[in-house]
Amino acid sequence: MTRTGRWIGRHLVLFAGFLVLLYLFTPIFVVVLMSFNDPKSRLSYEFDGFTLRNWQDPCQPFGLCDAVSTSLRIGLLATVLATALGTLMAFAMVRHRYRGRAATSLFIFLPMASPEIVLGSSLLALFVSAGFGGVLGFWTILIAHVMFCLSFVVVTVKARLAGMDTRLEQAAMDLYANEWQTFWRITFPLVFPGILAAALLSFSLSFDDFIITNLNAGRTVTFPMYVWGSAQRDIPPQINVIGTAMFMLAVLLVLGGELARRRRSR
Amino acid sequence: MAGDLVLSGLTKRFGAFTAVDDLDLTVPRGAFFALLGPSGCGKTTTLRMVAGLEEPTAGSIGLGDDDITGLRPYKRPVNTVFQNYALFPHLDIFENVAFGLRRRGVKEIRRQVEEMLELVELVGYGDRRPAQLSGGQQQRVALARALINRPEVLLLDEPLGALDLKLRRQMQIELKRIQTEVGITFVHVTHDQEEAMTMADTIAVMNAGVIEQRGAPAVLYDLPATTFVANFLGQSNLVAGTILERSGEDLVIDAHGSKQVVPVKRSRVADGEVWVGIRPEKVFLARAGSETDTGANSLRGGVVTDVSYCGVSTQYLARMPWNQELTVFEQNTGARDTFAVGDSVDLHWQPSHTFVLDARQDATAGVEAEETG
Repeated sequence: MTRTGRWIGRHLVLFAGFLVLLYLFTPIFVVVLMSFNDPKSRLSYEFDGFTLRNWQDPCQPFGLCDAVSTSLRIGLLATVLATALGTLMAFAMVRHRYRGRAATSLFIFLPMASPEIVLGSSLLALFVSAGFGGVLGFWTILIAHVMFCLSFVVVTVKARLAGMDTRLEQAAMDLYANEWQTFWRITFPLVFPGILAAALLSFSLSFDDFIITNLNAGRTVTFPMYVWGSAQRDIPPQINVIGTAMFMLAVLLVLGGELARRRRSR
Repeated sequence: MAGDLVLSGLTKRFGAFTAVDDLDLTVPRGAFFALLGPSGCGKTTTLRMVAGLEEPTAGSIGLGDDDITGLRPYKRPVNTVFQNYALFPHLDIFENVAFGLRRRGVKEIRRQVEEMLELVELVGYGDRRPAQLSGGQQQRVALARALINRPEVLLLDEPLGALDLKLRRQMQIELKRIQTEVGITFVHVTHDQEEAMTMADTIAVMNAGVIEQRGAPAVLYDLPATTFVANFLGQSNLVAGTILERSGEDLVIDAHGSKQVVPVKRSRVADGEVWVGIRPEKVFLARAGSETDTGANSLRGGVVTDVSYCGVSTQYLARMPWNQELTVFEQNTGARDTFAVGDSVDLHWQPSHTFVLDARQDATAGVEAEETG
């Protein structure tokens, strides 16, 4: 092939990559754009004019910030509980041999494999038949979220733990570290990236969830439910503000992590 | 004895499999001791029991006057250099080396770590991560990390196994130098017989969970006690024979019709069927029918079937009338005849180089094991 032919070949790939990125980022770009929208009517889905008002007062639509706060509280609590429980489970499953270990691995996969709508409706049936029908709300949502996050935490931490050489812990014990020191000095720091990944995953799963939450929420409203509800009537541009803020936060977290990683390996 | 490592009746079973079988062994303080054997012979399991990483099924481990059998690994004055080093990937070299001192709350860590990095010639590498070092450098970090604690016994589990040949030779000399310098007891587990012989002052040859023989490398090589040792440590020609009589300090043995004389003290058996053993480099190859030195043992009627030129020496295979192929190494000094495939030859050697083993032992024990190593 000629040099120009190769040049085109190389840049064709680049061009295709650019198109894919465009495809991925266009929705996000629209969210960011709409957060600065100044709609003419309540039912406008068009960009009518630029304003900073939405950013200055994101809590203006009634109930929006309450919903965000509920979602954040549930997300954080579910993350902490699911990560702690799931990490312990992953350790048990990787490090110990016991009866029913294979079965546990299989059962852990089931919630991930079942359709959310099925999980949500059976959970509702369970809560109601257990007599919690009248108190559906924050706590039932939390229980549901911990339940479906758990599987993801176990799978993520297990993968990290399985790749870890147990001889490192033996080496630590050989070098005068007792069980406690070995865990905190060697095991935990090495498994931590897996635990962190599991926690981030849990949080975004919980914050995002609509189907299971909607079935078990009672009168409590989470952010996704608020968005769904307002989409029936109008979408206040402040929702885009919250969306953009969440997106920026995630980008900052990723960038920060990447920077820290580069500094460490330098 | 003070500071000696004493294993008595040490046994380890994994289910129905006996990895280490009723092992008795004393490693004198300050020795460079090699546990040599093929993979799966139980040498690493023995080492791990000494380190406390494996619990013995029976028996005891003593260090000086203390019984350390039941102690947790971190309570033992024993450190290990692991096979693949097991350096902590999230800590830099300095912290890897300092790890043991920090756990024991030692002061003046910086000075000691720097001294240790100097000993293993890694000054200036303290702030690197293990992954940024070459295999040989990682190996030395693993050594420094263990040695800095001044253990009473340093255990080395195939420490050079992951290095290439040239680096391995270099590190053998290095390890030996460091051992002489620090004077700590080294127990070195390896399947490489050459490595064991170069470095150790005492070798214990291990096979199937038991120690076949222990002693200085030259003693083991010169007078192996079993066919396994004869084949695993170097090579041996083992020719079937029968003891005819004892004459003074010698045994007279019939081997395929020719009489061999062997000093009584070089025989493991007093009568009956035996293996007459001779190392390939101790054999002289001569043209068929040539005169032999008085008193030399000889086997006649061989035909050269293979010649391999190896620079310093030439390796011959000679097929004997009873269809056994014997190996002969001739030094290429230029003073001796050379032979070609098909030449008729006789084999001669000194009675004092011959050894005699029990014929009930398998003549091929330890042969394949050495090849895979």
